Amino acid sequence: MTTADAWSVKPATALLVLADGSVIEGEGLGATGDAVGEVCFNTAITGYQEILTDPSYAGQIITFTFPHIGNVGTNDEDVETVDMAAQTGVRGCVICASITDPSNYRSASHLDAWLKARGLVGISGVDTRALTKLIREKGMPHAVIAHSPDGKFDIDALKQKAAGWAGLEGLDLAKDVTAKGAHGWTETPWVWDAGYGQSEAAEFNVVALDFGVKRNILRLLSNAGCKVTVMPASSSADEVLAQKPDGVFLSNGPGDPAATGAYAAHTIRGVVDAGVPTFGICLGHQMLALALGAKTIKMHQGHHGANHPVHDFTTGKVEITSMNHGFAVDTETLPANVEETHKSLFDGTNCGLKVKDKPAFSVQYHPEASPGPRDSHYLFQRFTDMMREHKTNA
Amino acid sequence: MPKRTDISSILIIGAGPIVIGQACEFDYSGTQACKALREEGYRIILVNSNPATIMTDPDLADATYIEPITPEIVAKIIEKERPDALLPTMGGQTALNCALDLEEMGVLEEFGVEMIGARADVIEKAEDREKFRAAMDAIGLENPRATIASSPAIRNEQGKITGYDRATGIMEALKAIDDIGLPAIIRPAFTLGGTGGGVAYNREEFETIVRSGIEASPVGQVLIDESLLGWKEYEMEVVRDKADNCIIICSIENVDPMGVHTGDSITVAPALTLTDKEYQMMRDASIAVLREIGVETGGSNVQFAVNPDDGRLVVIEMNPRVSRSSALASKATGFPIAKIAAKLAVGYTLDELENDITGGATPASFEPSIDYVVTKIPRFAFEKFPGSEPTLTTAMKSVGEVMAIGRNFSESLQKALRGLETGLSGLDEVEIPGLGQGDDSNAIRAAIATPTPTRLLNVAQAMRLGMSLEEIHEASAINPWFLEAMAHIVEMEEKVRQHGLPTNQTALRELKSMGFSDVRLASLADTDESKVAKLRADMDVHPVYKRIDTCAAEFASPTAYMYSTYETPFMGVLSCESEPTDKKKVVILGGGPNRIGQGIEFDYCCCHAAFALEEAGYETIMVNCNPETVSTDYDTSDRLYFEPLTSEDVLEVLRKEQQNGTLHGVIVQFGGQTPLKLAQALMDAGVPILGTSPDMIDLAEDRDRFQKLLVRKGLKQPENGIAYSVEQGRLIAGQLGLPLVVRPSYVLGGRAMQIIRDEEALNSYLLGTLPELVPGDIRAKYPNDKTGQINTLLGTNPLLFDRYLEGATEIDVDALCDGKDVFICGIMEHIEEAGIHSGDSACSLPPFSLSAEMIAELKRQTEILALSLEVGGLMNVQYAIKDGEIYVLEVNPRASRTVPFVAKTIGQPVAKIASRIMAGESLASFGLTEPKLNHIAVKEAVFPFARFPGVDTILGPEMRSTGEVMGLDSKFSTAFAKSQIACGTGVPESGTVFVSMRDQDKEGVVEAVRSLEDAGFMIIATSGTQKFLKEQGIDCAKINKVLEGRPHIVDAIKNGQVSLVLNTTEGAQALADSRSMRRAALLQKVPYYTTLAGSVAAAKGIVAYKAGSLEVRPLQSYFG
Repeated sequence: MTTADAWSVKPATALLVLADGSVIEGEGLGATGDAVGEVCFNTAITGYQEILTDPSYAGQIITFTFPHIGNVGTNDEDVETVDMAAQTGVRGCVICASITDPSNYRSASHLDAWLKARGLVGISGVDTRALTKLIREKGMPHAVIAHSPDGKFDIDALKQKAAGWAGLEGLDLAKDVTAKGAHGWTETPWVWDAGYGQSEAAEFNVVALDFGVKRNILRLLSNAGCKVTVMPASSSADEVLAQKPDGVFLSNGPGDPAATGAYAAHTIRGVVDAGVPTFGICLGHQMLALALGAKTIKMHQGHHGANHPVHDFTTGKVEITSMNHGFAVDTETLPANVEETHKSLFDGTNCGLKVKDKPAFSVQYHPEASPGPRDSHYLFQRFTDMMREHKTNA
Repeated sequence: MPKRTDISSILIIGAGPIVIGQACEFDYSGTQACKALREEGYRIILVNSNPATIMTDPDLADATYIEPITPEIVAKIIEKERPDALLPTMGGQTALNCALDLEEMGVLEEFGVEMIGARADVIEKAEDREKFRAAMDAIGLENPRATIASSPAIRNEQGKITGYDRATGIMEALKAIDDIGLPAIIRPAFTLGGTGGGVAYNREEFETIVRSGIEASPVGQVLIDESLLGWKEYEMEVVRDKADNCIIICSIENVDPMGVHTGDSITVAPALTLTDKEYQMMRDASIAVLREIGVETGGSNVQFAVNPDDGRLVVIEMNPRVSRSSALASKATGFPIAKIAAKLAVGYTLDELENDITGGATPASFEPSIDYVVTKIPRFAFEKFPGSEPTLTTAMKSVGEVMAIGRNFSESLQKALRGLETGLSGLDEVEIPGLGQGDDSNAIRAAIATPTPTRLLNVAQAMRLGMSLEEIHEASAINPWFLEAMAHIVEMEEKVRQHGLPTNQTALRELKSMGFSDVRLASLADTDESKVAKLRADMDVHPVYKRIDTCAAEFASPTAYMYSTYETPFMGVLSCESEPTDKKKVVILGGGPNRIGQGIEFDYCCCHAAFALEEAGYETIMVNCNPETVSTDYDTSDRLYFEPLTSEDVLEVLRKEQQNGTLHGVIVQFGGQTPLKLAQALMDAGVPILGTSPDMIDLAEDRDRFQKLLVRKGLKQPENGIAYSVEQGRLIAGQLGLPLVVRPSYVLGGRAMQIIRDEEALNSYLLGTLPELVPGDIRAKYPNDKTGQINTLLGTNPLLFDRYLEGATEIDVDALCDGKDVFICGIMEHIEEAGIHSGDSACSLPPFSLSAEMIAELKRQTEILALSLEVGGLMNVQYAIKDGEIYVLEVNPRASRTVPFVAKTIGQPVAKIASRIMAGESLASFGLTEPKLNHIAVKEAVFPFARFPGVDTILGPEMRSTGEVMGLDSKFSTAFAKSQIACGTGVPESGTVFVSMRDQDKEGVVEAVRSLEDAGFMIIATSGTQKFLKEQGIDCAKINKVLEGRPHIVDAIKNGQVSLVLNTTEGAQALADSRSMRRAALLQKVPYYTTLAGSVAAAKGIVAYKAGSLEVRPLQSYFG
C-alpha cells in the first residue's frame, strides 16, 4: 500500500444540510437515510440516552456540546419515552468525537447500534461548538440530517427538503407522541442495586395528561403516593373529571404550545375551573398559561441543558435544573390572577407560575430531572401537599 | 443577602512554604480571596511566611505579615490587629490547622474573632475520622469498611490537651489488621497530602505505615480502610452559600484507580464513565455531605470510590476548604472557586454574584458545562531522592502538575504529556524492566500493575508488545475507556511508522486532532520536527483556539481564556475563537509544571510582568500550563493561552497573535529554564525577544565563551574544565584534582550536580548517574551501548567541572540593568557554605558578615558582568568568597529564584521594573536609590525528606527543597529564628544539644556551643568533639557514635533525649556513617544543622529567641 493510499480520506458518510443551503460534513452514525428537524443544542454532560428518548425532542435534531457521547453505552433502564416502539421523538443527533466502546457496568449495547435499532440518524466528526455558536447567533436552524454509508447524497434534494420544512411553529407534535389510550402507571424511580420499583398503596388518584410525558415524571408521581392514570392529549375535561381525580398533571411534550393548546387549553381550563389541583411541567406549563389567557413565544435558541439556575420566589432559593424548551410563557401576558413563581437566572424568562384563586401551579423546567440535577423533586411533594389540603378542605 | 456590614476587618491565613501537597494553588486561592474581599471594602490582614507568593505583595492586603504560621505567632498578630473575622479556608491544611489551634487556645474567643467560611466544629467534623464517619452514617452514605485508631489525649491539670499517647494509639491500630484484612489503606487524620499514610500489602508494611501515620497525625489518629484497590475514584467540587444553594463546579475522574493519592493520580475532567443516574447519585451525595458536615459557605471537595462492577458508591473523604483540586476545577471550568468562596464567606449568596467569564451575562449560581476534556498529570522528583522507591501510594509525592485541554481525551492526554517537560513528546516508548529475563508477560504485568510515575507509558508499551486490553485492564485496573483511547493512539503511531506521514490535509489534521506533537510524529516517521512543521505549514494544518467559557458556548464570552485544538472545518471553514486584537502586545511565557528548582518564584515574576506591562499600556498575553498558579488565572493577563510550553505550541500561539496588531515581543526570562529553552526556536522564527538577547544568555551558559569574558574583564572563577565525553571527563578530573563540583550544562535546580571527593564517586557519577539522564530517544538510537548513549548526551550537554572551594562563603546578587545602568537589588550571603545549592541554602539579606570593601567589590564585579552581557532586565550572579578572593560561580541573565525575596526585603517591585526595562524603558526613569535597610531578612529552604523514606537528608549541590520561607526582623538572630520557626524546623528552648564536628570546624563552633550552654542547654558530643569542647571549658558529656556501640546518638535521638543536632562531617565514609542520625533527627522533628555556618546561626537564633519573645510587624511598616 502506498503512503497516499494508507492515508486516503473516505468521503463524508453523513451530512447536516441547513435550510439556508449550508452543508456540514461528518461521519454517519446509527440508521441510514435522512430526517428533517429543528437543530438545537444540549449542554448536559451526562444523560444522552435519556435525552435521546425524551419525547419533548420530537421534531428536533440534538447537538451535544460535550464532545464524547456514548462513553457509557446504552441500557434498557435509562429510557424516558413511555412507548419505546413509537419512533416519533427526536429526529437525529450531532456529535463531536467518534463514539467509543462503552464502559459502564450497566451498558447493554453500543450507542451506534442502539441508534440504528431506534431508526435514528446521527452524524459525528462535527465541530459541535461551532454549530452551537451558530445556533446562539442565528437561532435554531431547520435542517436535514442524512446518513449514507457510501457517501453518495443528492445534496440538492436535501437542501430543498430542509428549506421546505415549515418548522415547529404552529406544529402540534403532541398528537404523535401521546398515549393511544388511557393506561395506568405503577413504576417508581430507579434505586441503586434495585432498579425500578412498583408503587404500593396510593393516597391520591391522579390523571396525567400525556403530551409526550417522560417516564420519570410518572415514576415520581407514583413515588409520591399517586395512583396514576395516563390519558391521551386529546382527552376532554369531562373525560378527565370522570376519573374523579384528586389532581391532574399536565405533562411535558414537543412542538408549539399554541398548536397543541388549541384543543388542550380547553381541557385544562375545564380542569382548573373545576377546582381540581393541577400541576404542569414544560409544555404542560405553557398550556396552563395559555388556558389562563397568557401567551407563549418562540425563543431564539431555547434552553436545553442540565445546569440552568432557576430562582424560586416562594423560597428565595436557587435550584439547578434540567431544561428543554424552545418556547416560553410571555410574562407580560400573565393575567392578574396568575403569579410568576420562578424565573431563569440565565435570561430572566418565566419558569413557573401559580394561580392565585385556584390550586394550580406549573414550572417550565424539568423537576423530574433524568437527566440532570434532582434539586427540584420537592415540587412533586408540593403537588401532593396541595392535593391533601384540597381533600381536607373539601 | 448582601455582604455583612457587622465585620470590617478579616484575617486571612496563607499556606506557608511550598511543600509536597501544598503548592502554588494556595497562592492562587489566597490572592483571589485578598482581591475579592478588598474589593468589597474590608480591611485585609494577611499572614504567610512564603515571600515568593503574589498574595504577600504589599498592595494585596492592608497589613501583610510575612511571619511564621504558628498559632503563637498568629495569636500575636490577632492581638495587634484585632480582626473581626478569620478566614481559614484559603491556606490549605496549614491555615485550617492553625485556625483550629487558635480556637483551642481560646485566642479567637479572647479577641472576639469570628471564624468565617468554616467554623471550628465543621472543620473538626470533616477532618476527624470518627466524627466524619458518624456524619456519613447519619445521612445514609456508605464509607469503606474501616477502623479508627486514636491515641488518647494527654491533659494537664487545667484539662488542656498537652499531647497524645501515641504508643497506645499504635497498639490499638495494630489490632485492626484482623478486622480489616490486607491490603489495607492507612489514612492519618488532619494531615496534608496523606502524609504518613499508605497502602499496606503485608503485616510488616502495615506496622510501618501505622507507626508513621500515627506519628504524622497531629492528633495521633489514623483511619484504616478496607482496600478499595481497583475501584474508580472521583472527586466533586462543591460550592455552597448561606442560603443553602449548592452547585457542583466540576467532577473529576481519576485515570489511576483507587490506591494512588489523588494529587499523584492522572485525572480527567469531567467524569467520563458515569451514566447520569450514577452522576446524580454522586451529586446528591456531595451536597448531602456538605450539609451534614455543616459547611455553610464556600468550596469543598468530596471524594468518592465507585465499584466498576456494580456501581457501589462510597464516600472516602472531604475537605471543607478550597484545595488543590479546586484550583484545578477553577482552571478546568473557568469558574473562580476561591474568589466566589471568599465572597460567600462574607454573606453574599450565589445568585448575587456574577459569573465573570461571561462578562456578567450569567450569575455565579449555575453549574459550569464544559465542552472539552481536561487532563492533569502530576510531575515527580524521585530522581532527586536516591534510595526512595518510585511507587505511588496514598501519601502524595508529586511536586507539581501539568494540565492540558483538548476537544477529546487523546488530544488532552498527549498535550499534557508533552507539557510535563520530562522529555516526553507523547506516549513515548519506554523500556519495561525485566524484559527478556524470563516470562516477559510477568514483567509487563508487574510494570503496569504497580502505580509509578511511568505507569501510563508502560501501559502503552504493553499494548505495543501485544498485550490485550483485557489483560492490561486486569493487571492495572485502569478503566477500559481510557485504555481504548490509548490503544487508538498506539494504533495510529504504528500507522505512521508503517506508512510515513499523511499526504493530505484532512488525514494530517485528524492525526493532529489526536494530540500528536510534531516531535512525536517526527520520531515515528523517522524525520525531523522541522520537516513535520513544514509539512503542516505547507498543507495549512494549524490549530484553532477555543474559549473556556463555563457554558459550552451557550453564551458569548468576552474573556480570552483559550486552548488549542485541531478541530475539523465547519462548513468548510475552521472555527477559531481567538480573535487577536489590533493592540500592541507582549507575550509572557510561563514556567510550566512546578518542579524542584523551578516553582512559584518564577510564576511570581511572570505575573509581575503581566501586571507591569498592562500598566505600561501593552496587551499582555500569558502562555502556561500549570493549573496551580496565579499566572493561569484568566484575569492576571489580558489573554491567556492554556498551552504546553513547547516550541510547536508556543509558535502556533504567536502565529495566531501576529495575525492582528503588533507583537512587541516575547518575555522568556521570567519562567525559569522552560521558556529560555524556547528562545532559539523563537529567534529562528523571527519573533522579537525582549530583554537580554538569547545570544548573551547562551554566552553566560557557554563555558568557553564565558571564561573568555571573565579573563578579559579580569574576574576570577574556580579552575574548571568541560568534558564532551566520558573519557574527557576523567582526563579533566585528573588535571583539576579532587574535590570537584560536576554538573551537566543547561539544567536548573542543580539536577545531577554533585561534589566529587574521590575516584569512586567520579566513576559512579560517570557510569551510574549520567545514564539516568539519557533521554529516551537517544537510548532508543543506541541500544545496549551505554557509553555511546552518554557521549551522545554530552555532545550537546557537556559536563562542567569546577574546583570545589571548600569552606568558601557563597553570595547571590540580583541586579537590574538596561544595558547602560545597573542597580544592585540585593546581595545575599548564604548561611551554608559554598557547595550547597543556592536554592537549598539559607541566606541573609543584607549580608551578615561581609566587610564594606567586600560588598563594594561584589557590586563592582556585578556591574561589569551586567554591562558586558548587555543585560536587559534581571540578572543573578553567584559568587564564592574564599580567603578574601571573589570567584564568579555562575551568571544567569534572567529572573532568579530570589527575585520575590529581594523585592519584598527592599520594598521595590523588582520584577515589574525589569519587565518595563525589557519593554524599552530606561532604568534611570525609575529613580531607584540604594536601599537603606533597618531590617534583615533570612530566607530558609523547606525540604520534603519526610515523604521519602530511606533518603539521606544531607545537603549538596543538587537542589532538593520544594519551597522557602522568609524571616524578617530588625536583627539577624531574630530573623533567623523566625525563619526556623516558619520552615517547621522550630527553635528549641531547652534540652540537650548534640555536637559532632569535623576537625576543621571544631574551633568555629566553640562560641556557639558556649552560648547555648549559657542559655541553659545541656551539651553532649562525640569523643573528639567532646574532648575539644572540654578543653575550651565547656561542660560536655560524651556519647557514642553509631559505630561505637550502644546506646549511641541515634538511640538518644529516638528516645527524645536530644533537642538540637549540630553535626558536620568529612569524607564519604563519615557522611554515610552519620546518615542514620540525620534520618532519626528528621523523624523525631529535632532541628539539625549540617554545616558550621548553619550551626553558628542556629545558636544565635536560639539565644535571641530565648532572650525575649518575637515581635510581629507588617511588611508595610518596614517601608515608608
